[in-house]
Amino acid sequence: MARNENGYLVRVLVYPRAEVLDPQGRAIEDALGRIGFDGVERVRAGKSFEVSLRALSRAEASEAIDRMCRQLLANPIVEDCSVEWLSE
Amino acid sequence: MKCGIVVFPGSNCDHDVYHVLKRVLEQEAIFLWHQDTSLRECDLVVLPGGFSYGDYLRAGSMAAHSPIMAAVRRHAEAGGRVLGICNGFQMLLEAGLLPGAMRRNRNLRFLSVDVHLRVERNDLVYSCGYRRGEVLRMPIAHAEGNYVDTDAALDELERAGQVVFRYVDADGSVAPAANLNGSKRSIAGVCNARGNVLGLMPHPERCAEDVLGNGDGLALLAGAVRGPLLGRGGDEWRALVEGERPAPARRFDATPDRGGRAGRLAAAVAGSKS
Repeated sequence: MARNENGYLVRVLVYPRAEVLDPQGRAIEDALGRIGFDGVERVRAGKSFEVSLRALSRAEASEAIDRMCRQLLANPIVEDCSVEWLSE
Repeated sequence: MKCGIVVFPGSNCDHDVYHVLKRVLEQEAIFLWHQDTSLRECDLVVLPGGFSYGDYLRAGSMAAHSPIMAAVRRHAEAGGRVLGICNGFQMLLEAGLLPGAMRRNRNLRFLSVDVHLRVERNDLVYSCGYRRGEVLRMPIAHAEGNYVDTDAALDELERAGQVVFRYVDADGSVAPAANLNGSKRSIAGVCNARGNVLGLMPHPERCAEDVLGNGDGLALLAGAVRGPLLGRGGDEWRALVEGERPAPARRFDATPDRGGRAGRLAAAVAGSKS
């Protein structure tokens, strides 16, 4: 790690956009109903990534994470990205 | 025409495309590696089907960022021909060279079956060997072929005429039962605004020889390599494509059979090399 860099640990959550059909979530939802969980109204199936990275500041790390989401981790046509900071 | 087939880790239709281009259509064909940075002066670039990078993250997403894709992007932007089949179509979407995205098939199953396609436009090099509205039979083999985009983007796609192939029933009508993967508006293949980049989920390379019992896909690949000449001989070519149905395959022979419908088309392409 370079002298002024800090380590950050970030969790990136990627879910299908609300208006996009989520066949996996729907299948899980149906299965939960079949095994008796009548109260389940909606299941969305998504992905979770833990990314540890080095950056000079939290702002710089945040900017890098935003670009990762747009360019690779999520497909903005069908997915939304959200970020949780696990450590800084 | 010099054709380059890009091989990614996990590609599995690369040799099928090579076979059709090299042996059936008798073009110059080479394999390009995903880590290459040059297309080695290929005129046509094919991104083949398969499971590049094991379909990690999203189908085609890792391949879309591999080193060769910068060269593919420059080629496409300069008007060069780029054809993406199945996983190759997914790569073109992930790379932003074509609009839209893929979701899991509606029934969450891998679909390996013949489907019917309707040709929505035949003024592209890839589709000029077909009639507009013609119904083709081609195999699909994918788990993520459920084409989606926003309604506004789909309206724009239709308005611009970028829908090239649609899933239909045998009579050529759009029907939910014929749209197995659940694609929006039954879209099976789209092109960019300029028409030089085409992506489709069905596999024309798997139905491009009479010996296989289905030659419907050959005209697409023949058009991709011979498109410019079709301005002159479009009708002549379509006559070749539309000739009698291929005879059922009786034997396996590594030598392309020139007698049937696809064979006559192949012979015409091979006999008029650029």
